[in-house]
Amino acid sequence: MHQPDELLLGLCRALRAAGVPVTQDRAHGFLAAVAHVGLGDREAVRRAGRATLCASPDDLERLDLVLDAWFDPGGLPRPRPASVPSRPAYSSLPETDLEEGDGEPGEEHVRAAASATEVLRHRDVAALSAAEKRRLDAMFGTLHPTSPLRRAARHRRWHRGQVDAARTLRASMRRLGEPADLAWRRRAVRPRRVVLLVDVSGSMSSYADALLRLAHRFVVAGPTGPGRAEVFTVGTRLTHLTRALAVRDADRALVAAGAVVPDWSGGTRLGESLQVFLDRWGARGLARGAVVVVMSDGWERGDAALLAEQMARLQRLAHRVVWVNPHRGKAGYEPVQAGVRAALPHVDDFLAGHSLATYAELVEVVARA
Amino acid sequence: MGDDRHSGLEPGDVAQVAASLAATGYVCDDDLATVVFLALRMQRPLLLEGEPGTGKTALAEALAETLDLPLVRLQCYEGIDATQALYDWDFPRQVLHLRALEATRGDDGVDVEEAEKSLFDPRFLLARPVLAALQQAPAVLLVDEVDRADDEFEAFLLEVLSTYQVSIPELGTVRAAVPPLVVLTSNRTRELHDALKRRCLYHWIDHPGLEREVEIVRSRAPEVSAELARQVVTTVQRLRGDGGLLKPPGVAETLDWAKALSVLGASELDLATAAATVGALVKYREDGDRVKQALDRMMAV
Repeated sequence: MHQPDELLLGLCRALRAAGVPVTQDRAHGFLAAVAHVGLGDREAVRRAGRATLCASPDDLERLDLVLDAWFDPGGLPRPRPASVPSRPAYSSLPETDLEEGDGEPGEEHVRAAASATEVLRHRDVAALSAAEKRRLDAMFGTLHPTSPLRRAARHRRWHRGQVDAARTLRASMRRLGEPADLAWRRRAVRPRRVVLLVDVSGSMSSYADALLRLAHRFVVAGPTGPGRAEVFTVGTRLTHLTRALAVRDADRALVAAGAVVPDWSGGTRLGESLQVFLDRWGARGLARGAVVVVMSDGWERGDAALLAEQMARLQRLAHRVVWVNPHRGKAGYEPVQAGVRAALPHVDDFLAGHSLATYAELVEVVARA
Repeated sequence: MGDDRHSGLEPGDVAQVAASLAATGYVCDDDLATVVFLALRMQRPLLLEGEPGTGKTALAEALAETLDLPLVRLQCYEGIDATQALYDWDFPRQVLHLRALEATRGDDGVDVEEAEKSLFDPRFLLARPVLAALQQAPAVLLVDEVDRADDEFEAFLLEVLSTYQVSIPELGTVRAAVPPLVVLTSNRTRELHDALKRRCLYHWIDHPGLEREVEIVRSRAPEVSAELARQVVTTVQRLRGDGGLLKPPGVAETLDWAKALSVLGASELDLATAAATVGALVKYREDGDRVKQALDRMMAV
């Protein structure tokens, strides 16, 4: 019925639809590997697939599901290829003429526009209309997160500071021992890593979009390489989101993020998610010496004691722990939720996070950390 | 082709790989044996990820032993660059060489060009791990903890892994006669670049099951009694399963603990010795307390 290649390439396509990035050459490697182990044994095919098509533990889970569904079509429904939008979901250019208005030209209009923008900066993002939200989305481009710095182990040349004996001596040797100018040096600096943990549970759903836009700014506008900001979503499970957000266009990045995160508007098990983060990523180096920003309202459904323990662990690992709570900036807010009360003793900064102005403040705090 | 490359290390089938690894004391499951088999047959680098202490580095050592090849190890760290991985010129020896030329010259002086040429002689070349592996090929090249290096270094590795050659401006190109078997390990402190992953076969090493871990302890530490090995592994697996520990012990820690107990002369697990040696198993104060409590409960039953 099926040619073997067709069968295997079909599996690759199903995997792609399930979110595993299977490229041409990976598929090619898969075919070659199956040729070595033989097509007869499903377990051998599975192992060949694990070795050639997967690149992370999440991929392995998906491969297992898809492979079983592919070979027993009776079981799970075959995944249909998801249609990936190739254009931004919508255009978010700032609307130049803000309100319909009376069409008065000149300075009056400009001042009105400026103040409307200023007002929008301080509005609660959860209470915006769709049009206002679109304008605000464009204003996220005005945030320019810079990474905090740490001292590096090495020195670099500088025009004052300590005397660089080695360089001075080498310069002098180059002149056959004639005394040369003194060289100076100072400690080099390196960007400090920033880690953002964004709560996407149900109680945060009206803020999740704005917070992810903020996270997107951190990923694309911050440094690349070792100091790059890393983003995770927490909720009922932990999802690594940095790669999805590393697209310059904010709307596309958010669509990609939406495809990756499985637990939008689910429950909150902050303590457990945090534990998974620390076990899988944090303790191995990602959180070590980093500035970790937790964005959550602290409505913890799980065990508050576990959350407290994990926050304490996080604070021991990280350089600085910042907690951003959307409700913090509102009148009459008291940190009474069990989750917040458990976490607060282990937090260095407790910030509001409901408007663009507060996000700008967060960017400042992180840069100075 | 294929037969003359990796000569003598072209395995017949997966079972043979598992058997020859087991002969060196490295016990592995079918999944891992298949990946190793594929890496050898397809001549692709092998990328191993997994919890610390599950035997990623040990696999490279076992492979070198079973294939009877030299093991060249490159430990990665933040800030490592190509000169630390490839080669360097031995500057002090070059200066000494010049001095020697100066001291021994006759009245006719030294031929400058000749002297300069003699400076860039292979004997002044310090081969760092990657170059050493290419020169000694066939060899096993272990690139350990590649996730600790920077992105730039990954790009450099990618280049070496796709061509298996290195060019030294003063000497020319060094090409491996036989591509070395490359094993990369990563602890996932950061996501590796996709381009590097695509070059490699991927395998996630998990903690072994009860029977297999007993087998590992028996084969790696034969001095430990069968009874003690089983008790130790049962305890460790239960501790791992509880999920309460900050750093669940890996296989390496299981081995350490079994050895520690056996050094103290224990042939069975008893509470006093276990409590005294808990430092071999867990490395956090909180974990130590938890393990002691868990031991109390387990022993009480």
